[in-house]
This record gives sequence, structure tokens and C-alpha cells, in this order.
Amino acid sequence: MRSAWMFLTPMILVLAAVAGWPLLRTIYFGFTNTSLSDFENQQWVGFDNYFSVLTLPSGKEVYDGLFADPVWWAAVWNTIRFTVISVFCETVFGLVVALVLNASFKGRGLVRAAILIPWAIPTIVSAKMWAWMLNDQFGIINDILLRLHLISAKIAWTADPDTAMAAVLMVDIWKTTPFMALLILAGLQMVPNDIYEAARIDGVNPIKVFWKVTLPLIRPALMVAVIFRALDAFRIFDLIYVLTPNNVQTKSMSVYAKENLFDFDRFALGSAASTALFVILATFTILYMWLGRVDLSGGR
Amino acid sequence: MKLRHALLAFAAATILGGQAYAANLSIVLGSTGKDEQVMRELLDKFEKDTGNKVQIVPMPSSTTDQFGQYKLWLAAQNSDIDVYQTDVIWAPQLANQLLDLTDAMKDVAKDHFPAIIESQTVNGKLVALPFFTDAPALYYRKDLLDKYGKQPPKTWDELTATAKEIQDKERAAGAKNLWGFVFQGNAYEGLTCNALEWVKSNGGGQIVEPDGSISINNPQAVKALELARTWINNISPPGVLAYQEEESRGVWQTGNAVFMRNWPYAYSLGNSGDSAVKGKFDVVPLPAGTGDGARSAATLGGWNLAVSKYSKNPDAAVALVKFLGSKDSQKYEAINASHLPTIQALYEDADIAAAQPIIPRWKEVFLNAVPRPSAPTKVKYNEVSNQFWTAVHKTLSGTGSAADNLAALEISLTKLKGSGW
Repeated sequence: MRSAWMFLTPMILVLAAVAGWPLLRTIYFGFTNTSLSDFENQQWVGFDNYFSVLTLPSGKEVYDGLFADPVWWAAVWNTIRFTVISVFCETVFGLVVALVLNASFKGRGLVRAAILIPWAIPTIVSAKMWAWMLNDQFGIINDILLRLHLISAKIAWTADPDTAMAAVLMVDIWKTTPFMALLILAGLQMVPNDIYEAARIDGVNPIKVFWKVTLPLIRPALMVAVIFRALDAFRIFDLIYVLTPNNVQTKSMSVYAKENLFDFDRFALGSAASTALFVILATFTILYMWLGRVDLSGGR
Repeated sequence: MKLRHALLAFAAATILGGQAYAANLSIVLGSTGKDEQVMRELLDKFEKDTGNKVQIVPMPSSTTDQFGQYKLWLAAQNSDIDVYQTDVIWAPQLANQLLDLTDAMKDVAKDHFPAIIESQTVNGKLVALPFFTDAPALYYRKDLLDKYGKQPPKTWDELTATAKEIQDKERAAGAKNLWGFVFQGNAYEGLTCNALEWVKSNGGGQIVEPDGSISINNPQAVKALELARTWINNISPPGVLAYQEEESRGVWQTGNAVFMRNWPYAYSLGNSGDSAVKGKFDVVPLPAGTGDGARSAATLGGWNLAVSKYSKNPDAAVALVKFLGSKDSQKYEAINASHLPTIQALYEDADIAAAQPIIPRWKEVFLNAVPRPSAPTKVKYNEVSNQFWTAVHKTLSGTGSAADNLAALEISLTKLKGSGW
């Protein structure tokens, strides 16, 4: 018991320093009136950054703070929408890719390596690359679609409110499907071959094998992969920041927090938003693990 | 005798050597067009003169993106950056963390336009030395206007009609990719500049007036935005809602636009070797609106040089700022990057007039330019601007009418103002 603690202590200390301390600081700032231009002096203001009642000079009372800000709620909704759609699509595509890569065929090693490329490119680089490809006037996507006569006029992918979110989703799915595929593939390879053999001898049809054998057996791996992706998707920032900065249609919670933290003189409100994001994520993770009975230690 | 000379020479060498203590400086700037290249040429000269080394840290050209990063660096008391190229609107927001240049620039400040020096003075302290000023122009295709017997438009309505007519006729003649008008419609500071011009030129005020009152919700402003909304997908590509300066210049400089609203930097680039519009365009001041108080309005832009309070080499950094803001450097910038000088005498300079004819013509334009409401709204300016551009972007993209969006904007600005800016 004691030796276990001895081995764990360094890691706990490092985690406390790089994750715990900043987190506590952020939560603390959310309850103060900290400003970036005068970082040293701050006062405790309680829950004012979350909700407060403001009296205008005209005598009218208005609600202020994070929970009274429609932009925040729009950001929450955007983030949820983004997370649900992107994780769903990535899981389905990732599963398909993993099943293909699990089959043995010639050149499998090469294909496995190649499929990881989108995941290996830094997000900023791939986002910028897609921004050019999606450009309405000189973008290659519009050019291809026009030549194939699939569209009659150039589409302004990142500018049009109807397609902005779709553009962000498309790039994210392109980028993270390989990651999903990799995690699911690892799960697939843990499935013992003799089960398939038994199924084949019994003459079970392949679709039934997938639903009755493969899926239940890779479920733990799948659940872990989904939560990894969902946590990541909930914090989405870089892709949106490069593709559609400041667009209300795609503003996520992280973008909202960043805007208030640095661009506006509202460091405290930004900290409150970050704290809210953290609380939402923590609740979501706990619920998910409890309801899904996910064992992160990898057991069944 | 010889020994004395030798000793004197040695002493002189020691003193001069002591002065030429070499510092490593960093300057950070957003790079638009040729900015970085021209800056590098100036810095090479500075390095040769002083023995100091200067490194350029390039940033995205969007002022909104730059500001967030700079604010963060300054709050973290970062000493890696010595000199910041700052937007004209930032002075009140960053003043606490920049060196007071009042004494160092005492003898040169009087050469600059007093209004620009004043815009960079916060509580009696000069926080940045003007580097170049900016006032946008309406770029038009001389060849196309001549072909259809048109004059450069004086009002926005004329612009709309002329752009539509030329665009339709040219498209019918085979120029399928031609658009009438490009501007900066992305949701960022540039849209605030563009929309302020539409509103102000229609007599709709300047969002927040110098006395701090919120004026944006008025019929003229609504009319201005409603007209702009009709441009999208009619004379302006739908993608204009994602364009910043460089994207609109991209469409323009490949010969695919009849009109463009942009800053003077695009003038020298448009006349550069590989430009499809070289020698085919000219500039006029932006059109006026209609109705009471209508006039041509240009948003005042411009960039300045400030020294970080956390610089490890403040003296060398101040010397660098002084060098870059000097008459010679500004002349070089004017000739090579068509940046408008902030030194009054340079508008009489024959070399500049010959190389970039736009510059002497633009003195009047920027002297009458409209400032963004950064002075009355102080540290809340970015938020004011963000709310304004969001309302405009929503209107242009067809989410809600101009009247509704401006009414909502007025309410949220009033809330933001609280008991005072």
C-alpha cells in the first residue's frame, strides 16, 4: 500500500500543478471582478458574473451575467449540436473504417498508416487548408462541384449561416474519424478469433455476427472512444476559430470564453464561462460513466 | 605624440563600442500585403545603423485576432516582445502596459498630425508613435466604367446601379466570375469599419457619439444597412460575409470585381507586376448616402508603434520606434507599401506623389475621416464593436431585419454601458 502511494505521489503532484492549480484559479477568478489590464487587484463579487440584476440610469432593471446572456446560451446550443452530430458521424464512419482495416488484405499496413494522416496534421494547419479549399471564389470544392454540375452557383461555405456549421462539422469529421477508427480497431483486435470461427461453423449470417458478437464485444472500447471524442468535441475551439471566427452560428462555449477572457475587458466573465464549461463536462462524464457502466480501466 | 593618438583612438573606440552595445529586439505586427517585407527592409537599415538585431514576429492580419494575443502577452508581462504595432483603436485599452513615450518623442511628435498624436495620448501620456494612417478608398475599374460610359459613383445608390449594370453586361459577354462590389463583410473589426461608413455617410451617426450617448438605432442607420443587405448575392458574392481585406483584394486583383472598398495598401499591390488590374483602376473617396447629413465618410484607421513596459531593452526599443516613425522611414513605407504618412510634410513630397499618386490626394480624406467610438467607450470598445458587427453581420446574412437587429443592439449596448462607459 505504502509503495503504491510512493509511486503515485509524483504524478499526483504534477497533475495538481498543471491541471488542479489553473482550474482552481479559473474558478476563483469567476467569482471576482478581475480584469486583464489590472491583473493584480481584484475583489470578490460572489455570483455576479453568473447572474446579477443591473439598474440602468433610466431606472429600468435588467439581468446581467453569464446565465442572462443570450450569446452564451446560443454558444451552449451550438456546442451541443456540434458534439452530438460530430461524435455520432465519427463513430459510425470510424466503425466502418475499423471493420475494413481489421479484415486482412494486401497492403493493409500501408492503408492503416495512410488513414491516420488527417489526424496527424495539426488542427490549425488542416483548418487553414480547408478554409482555402472552401473559399467561395477560388476554392477547389466549389470548382469540383461546379464542374460536376452538382451546384449551379458558388457556395460561400463558411459565410452562409446555413452552411457554416456544416462546413465546420465536415472538417472535424474528416479530421477525427481516423482517431475513432484507431481506438475501435484496437477493440476489434481484442476479439478472439475462435468466436468468429464458431459462428461460421454454426452458419450464422455475417450481419447477425456483427450485431450479436462483434458489437457487444467491442462495446467497452467503443464507449471509451465515444467519451474521449465527446469531451474533446465539447471543448472545440481551434477549428471554429480558424474557419468561422466570430460567427454567431458557430460560436462554441470555448470561443465565447476566449472572446470574453482576452478580446473584451471581461476576464472574470470569461473565467465564469470556463468554469461553467468545466461543470457541464464533469457532470456529463460522471453521468455517462454511471449510466453506461464504463470501466475506464479497460476491463469488461 | 603617436602614443597619444593611439590612446585617444583607443578611448574613442571604447566609448563608441560601449554605445554600440547590441540588443536583440522583437517587433510584432499583423501582416497585410507587403507589410512584413517592407518592414524587414527598414529593419535591415536599422540593424546596419545601430548594430542591434531585430526579429519580426508575424501575426494574422485581422486586428481582432492580434488584439487577443497581445492582451494576453501583456497581462502575462511577457518580455519577449519589445515593440508592438498597435491599431489606432487600442490606445485606451493597452495604455497601462505600454511605456510612456512623451519625453522620448518630444522633438518629433510635433511633425505628426496633431489629431493622430492625440488619438494615441491617454491621460496625457503618449503611448504609441504613429507609423502610418489609413482611410479607405473606393477602388474602381477605369477600363470598365469607360467602356459603359459611367462616372465613378458619388452615392451608394449610384454604386449599386452601376455595379449591377456592368456586372450583368460583362457576365453576358462572358466574364462569368465578375462581381460588382467587394468589401470586408467577415464578422470582425473590419466589418465595423465598413458598416460605420455606410451608417455615417447616410447621416446615421457613429454608433456611440463622442459624448457617450448610444445613437445607432435610427432610421438612417436602418436604411443604410437595408441597402447593404441588397448587395449580397446581387452585386457582391455571398462569400463576402467571410472576406477580410486580403480576400476582397484577391477577388479584385484577379480582375473579378468592378468596385472594391479597401485601404490604400491595395493601391501599390494593384499596380504591381502580376496584377490583372495593373494600370486599369483608380480610386475615389467612398460614396455618400442620401438624406439629412449625408456625406462621404471614411473610417479612420492606422497603425502605431508602442514599446512594451516589460521590454528588457527599453532604450533600444524606443530608438527603434523613433527610427520607424521618422520621416525617412515613413517616406520609404509610403513609396513601397502606399501607406499614408502621419508626418504632415510628406504630403508635399514630390517622390511620394510620383510613386503613389493616391497619397497626396488622400490627405483631405483622412483629415475628414470618422473615428470609431473607441475614445468614449474606453475599455469596452471591443465589446461595443463586436456587438455592432454581429448585428450587421446578422442583417447582411438575412437573420432578422436591420430595424430589429439595431433595436436589439441598442438594448444590449445600453446594458453594456450600465451607469457609464
